[in-house]
Amino acid sequence: MVAVLTRLFGVHNLALAEDVVQDAFCRALEVWSFRGVPENPAAWLMAAAKNRALDVLRRERTARTYEPELTRFLQSEWTLAPIVEEMFTDKAIKDDQLRMMFSCCHPRLPEEAQVMLILHILCGFGIDEVASAFVTTYTAVEKRIPRAKKVLAGSERLFDTQAPSDFSTRLPAVQGALYLLFNEGYHGASAEFAVRAELCQEAMRLAALLLDHPLGATSVTYALSALMCLNKARLPARLNASGKLNSLFDQDRSLWDQKLVSEGLQLLDLSAKGSELSEYHLEAAIAAVHATAQSVQATNWKEIVSLYDTLMSLRPNPIVALNRAIAVGQRDGAERGLTELRAITDAERLGKYPFYQAALGEFELRGGRPQVAREHFTAALALSRNATERQFFGQRIEACDHGV
Amino acid sequence: MSDFTFLYRGRDTNASPEQMQKTMEKWRAWFKQLGEKGHLKDIGHPLENTGKVVKGKQKSVTDGPFAEAKDVVGGFTLIQARDLEHAVELSKGCPILEVGGSVEVRPIQVLNM
Repeated sequence: MVAVLTRLFGVHNLALAEDVVQDAFCRALEVWSFRGVPENPAAWLMAAAKNRALDVLRRERTARTYEPELTRFLQSEWTLAPIVEEMFTDKAIKDDQLRMMFSCCHPRLPEEAQVMLILHILCGFGIDEVASAFVTTYTAVEKRIPRAKKVLAGSERLFDTQAPSDFSTRLPAVQGALYLLFNEGYHGASAEFAVRAELCQEAMRLAALLLDHPLGATSVTYALSALMCLNKARLPARLNASGKLNSLFDQDRSLWDQKLVSEGLQLLDLSAKGSELSEYHLEAAIAAVHATAQSVQATNWKEIVSLYDTLMSLRPNPIVALNRAIAVGQRDGAERGLTELRAITDAERLGKYPFYQAALGEFELRGGRPQVAREHFTAALALSRNATERQFFGQRIEACDHGV
Repeated sequence: MSDFTFLYRGRDTNASPEQMQKTMEKWRAWFKQLGEKGHLKDIGHPLENTGKVVKGKQKSVTDGPFAEAKDVVGGFTLIQARDLEHAVELSKGCPILEVGGSVEVRPIQVLNM
C-alpha cells in the first residue's frame, strides 16, 4: 500500500503515504471492532486507503506537489478518481512494488539499510521486527530507517522501471539485497524461527516480482530464485518441530519440499540460458546437488567441491572457503577435511563464527579423537548466538562424551 | 500562443458506473494527449448539474441553472493554442461530441486597461 501511495504522492511524500496507510489501519480497527472483521480484510483495507488517498489529494490539491508526471491529473476532478482507481489495480500494485524495491536500493544507501527499507516499506515489518531480523536493537533500527527514508525522499522521483539502462545498472544491487534478505532468514542469527521463514518467503515473493518484469528476468535473477527455492525446500528439515537445528548430515530428507525442489531445478534450467555465470548460479547448482541426492553418502561431493572451487575464484571469502573444506572432507575423508580447514588463509575472520569450530570438531570426531573434538565444540558453544545453536552444539559435545 | 476556455455542455450524468468508467477513460486519454502536446494550461473540473444562481443588486439567490440538460455547462478546461482555429481543431477530439454534447470554444479576453 505504501508503495502504491508513494507512486501517487511522489517519493518526497513518503511520510504522507505512510500516514494514509496508518489511517486506513486505524479506521479498520474502529469499524471492525463494531461490525466485525469483513469477509476480505485486505480488500477492505485497500479500499479504505484508496478513499483516504482521495481525501488527502482533494484537500491538499494545491498545497503539495505530487509525482511530477501525475500532478496535473491529480489536481483535476476530471481525472483524479480514475487515476487513483487505476493505481489500485493488481498490475499497478505489482509495478509499484517493483519500483519501490529499486528505489530502496539507492546507491547512496549501504546494503544493510537497503534491506531494512525493503523489509519496512515493502514487507510491512515494524521497527521491532526489522530489529529482530537483523539481530540489532530497536533503537538502532529506529535511527537507521528514518535516515534511509530521508535519502529515499531526497531522490526526486521513484525509480523508473521502464528505463532499460538504469534498470540494468541497479539490478545487481536489488538482487544483492534480496539475497541478503533471504540469507538473513536462512542463516540469520536470530532466535525467532517464525520471523526467519517469513524473511525467506518475502525474499522469494519479491524475486518473483522481479522475474515478472521483462528486464528483471535475467539469467542471474533466475539463478537467484532457483537458489532460494532449493534452499527453502530444505528448511522444514533444518529445524525440527521443537526448534532444534539439524545439520545437513542429520536431516530427514523426506521432509524436504519436493515441489520447491522441482520448481528450483526448473528455475536453474532457465538460468542457464544466458552466458553469465554468477555466484548465484554456483550456489544454486550446489543446492541442486544436495537437493537431488538421496543421502549424504550418495551426494556427489566431487561436483560440489568443483563448484565451490569456481565460487572461490569468483567470490573468495572465508565462509565459502569453510564450506569448500567441509565438502573436501566429505569427498576425501576427515583428515583431508581438517587439512583444508586449517589451510584457510584468513581463518581469523572466522574466529567468531561458531560453525568453523564446529566443522573442526566434526572432522576430529570422525577422525577418532573425541577429546580434541570436544574442545572445538566447546569453543563453538561459547560463540553460539542463539538458543538453537547452543542446543545444537551442546548435543555435539554429548556425542563426543558418549563416543558416538 | 493564446489562452482559450473549453466549456462542455451535454454531459451524460445518468450513465451507469460502467459506462461512466469507459467515458472517463476516453476523457483521460484526450487530456493526456493535450497535455503531452503542451496545450493543457489547466485541466479544469467537471461541474455538478445544479447549484445556486445569485442575481442582481438584491443578490437574490435561486436554485439553478434551470436550463435544458443539454445546455448546462458540465465542466471547463483552460487550453493554449495558436489561434481560435487551432483551438477549435483541438476541441474536435473531445469525447463529449460522441454522446451528442458540445464544446464551446471561447478565447480568453485580454483586458488592456
